[in-house]
Amino acid sequence: MSLDHSDIEKIAHLARMALDASQIDAYAEDLSDILGLVEQLEAADTTDIEPMSHPLHMAQRLRSDEITEDNRRGENQAVAPSVENGLYLVPKVIE
Amino acid sequence: MHDQSIVELGAALRAGEFSSVELTRHFMQRVERLDGDLNALITTTPEQALVEAGSADQAIKKGQAGALTGIPIVQKDIFCTRGVKTSCGSKMLDNFVSPYDATVVERLRQAGVVCLGKANMDEFAMGSSNETSFYGPVRNPWDRERVPGGSSGGSAAAVAARLAVAATGTDTGGSIRQPAALCGITGLKPTYGRVSRFGMIAFASSLDQAGPMTRSAEDAALLLQAMAGFDPRDSTCANETVPDYSSTLRDSLEGLKIGLPREYFGEGLDPAVAASIQAAIHLYERLGARVIDISLPNAGLAVPTYYVVAPAECSSNLSRFDGVRFGYRCEEPKDLEDLYKRSRGEGFGAEVKRRIMIGTYALSAGYYDAYYLKAQQTRHLISDDFKQAFEQVDVIMGPTTPTTAFGLGEKMDDPVTMYLNDIYTIAANLAGLPGISLPAEPVNGLPVGLQIIGNYFTEAKILNVAHRFQQETEWHELTPDLNKQS
Repeated sequence: MSLDHSDIEKIAHLARMALDASQIDAYAEDLSDILGLVEQLEAADTTDIEPMSHPLHMAQRLRSDEITEDNRRGENQAVAPSVENGLYLVPKVIE
Repeated sequence: MHDQSIVELGAALRAGEFSSVELTRHFMQRVERLDGDLNALITTTPEQALVEAGSADQAIKKGQAGALTGIPIVQKDIFCTRGVKTSCGSKMLDNFVSPYDATVVERLRQAGVVCLGKANMDEFAMGSSNETSFYGPVRNPWDRERVPGGSSGGSAAAVAARLAVAATGTDTGGSIRQPAALCGITGLKPTYGRVSRFGMIAFASSLDQAGPMTRSAEDAALLLQAMAGFDPRDSTCANETVPDYSSTLRDSLEGLKIGLPREYFGEGLDPAVAASIQAAIHLYERLGARVIDISLPNAGLAVPTYYVVAPAECSSNLSRFDGVRFGYRCEEPKDLEDLYKRSRGEGFGAEVKRRIMIGTYALSAGYYDAYYLKAQQTRHLISDDFKQAFEQVDVIMGPTTPTTAFGLGEKMDDPVTMYLNDIYTIAANLAGLPGISLPAEPVNGLPVGLQIIGNYFTEAKILNVAHRFQQETEWHELTPDLNKQS
């Protein structure tokens, strides 16, 4: 699988990541190489093999529905780029 | 003082030969003198370290000291440390001061360790050479023109250069074992779920695991003892009892069955490294172990499987870095999409971007089955290989890496060549098994790592197997000559 300039632009958009236009071709080459490596998987016969998503085949643990965390909004927001009155600020979304 | 083990230093501290404050100052001076060149640490925390050392001295005076009380260590900068910058090696988190502690940090502090600072690492733990760090590469203390390995390269270099007695690391595809091998130290990746991932910045959540990086298996046992155990704050943390890792270190290896996977000794393995590993295995035979040829037929699928699973999970995990709640934000965003795109585009380095894009692509509509589902199936095949192997053998041995440390810059232009450096370590992560790397006989003055992979939750066994080797050899005691100009 070989990716070209427009594939990279599309993927970068899906990942919401701005790329330098000058680097897109280099990414296309690197990602094509990586997908070339990944293509080795095609040769493996995986008929009837269960997909494995967790190494210990564990079921997700449940807990009782209780509040266990303190409200630490102040501390958590202290590291935010921009806050006002306890709210995170972003550029205007709705005109 | 810096050449002693945790066991020796702990005994000296408790006997009052010197204080933890004196020991801590000694290591701080070494960091000051030597780290400018090595670049093993991103942040040092001298004031905090001296406060912790002072508390340790109080505990020692009151007779309340444990094995780790007053021992200076460094934390990989992937672990959140309350009130201290936690960068994960990235520009994205260069301004991030964590509001909370990781469970690993909390537990080690409760055990009385002194934290000297935060260790350099590949950006978001993505790399095998520590060259993807925003803070620049770490140099290998054995040869400063070579890489220390990665991603826990700063942790490995700090322990090898005796800038700290021990360090924490994390291992997603070899990131503890590979740098341990290249720097000549002992590094243990526990079973998935053995150590809590709470507060450990996530890269690939089904693979990530924290572990100790030390000078010996004996020290690793002490550090793991404090790190391991159930944590309700990590839903994947295993609720399994933690055995006393130190008590079985000296057990006899008589009758131990060692499996040698033929796939780990084939093409690509440097013949000199192979000879060093074979010599180590002969020593085990003299200690009463039996060597059995085994096969892991799907070993060749490990690297390609990993480069679907890990990027897929990373693209999902790293979506949280959006310039809104914490971390880097671009200047003057014109709208929300511009804020996301430029914050991420400017905040992430090239390797992180490559992996996010591979993951995004593999998970995108129309490709999911061909890539992600297929890789989850091949992951199962790889895991089953080990299951079958452990029906025949107690442990699996082989090299940790195909070569000794390579040159700085040597593999940075070719991601795929870099990835192949983890060819022997990745499978244990995919299967979730514990593995350790310990120093075997060096090749041309450069460290070589012997890898021992165990069955699930058999950390005590692989520490025992590693310790017995270290009782018979001195490879783990060799120290780099840091005064030598490179």
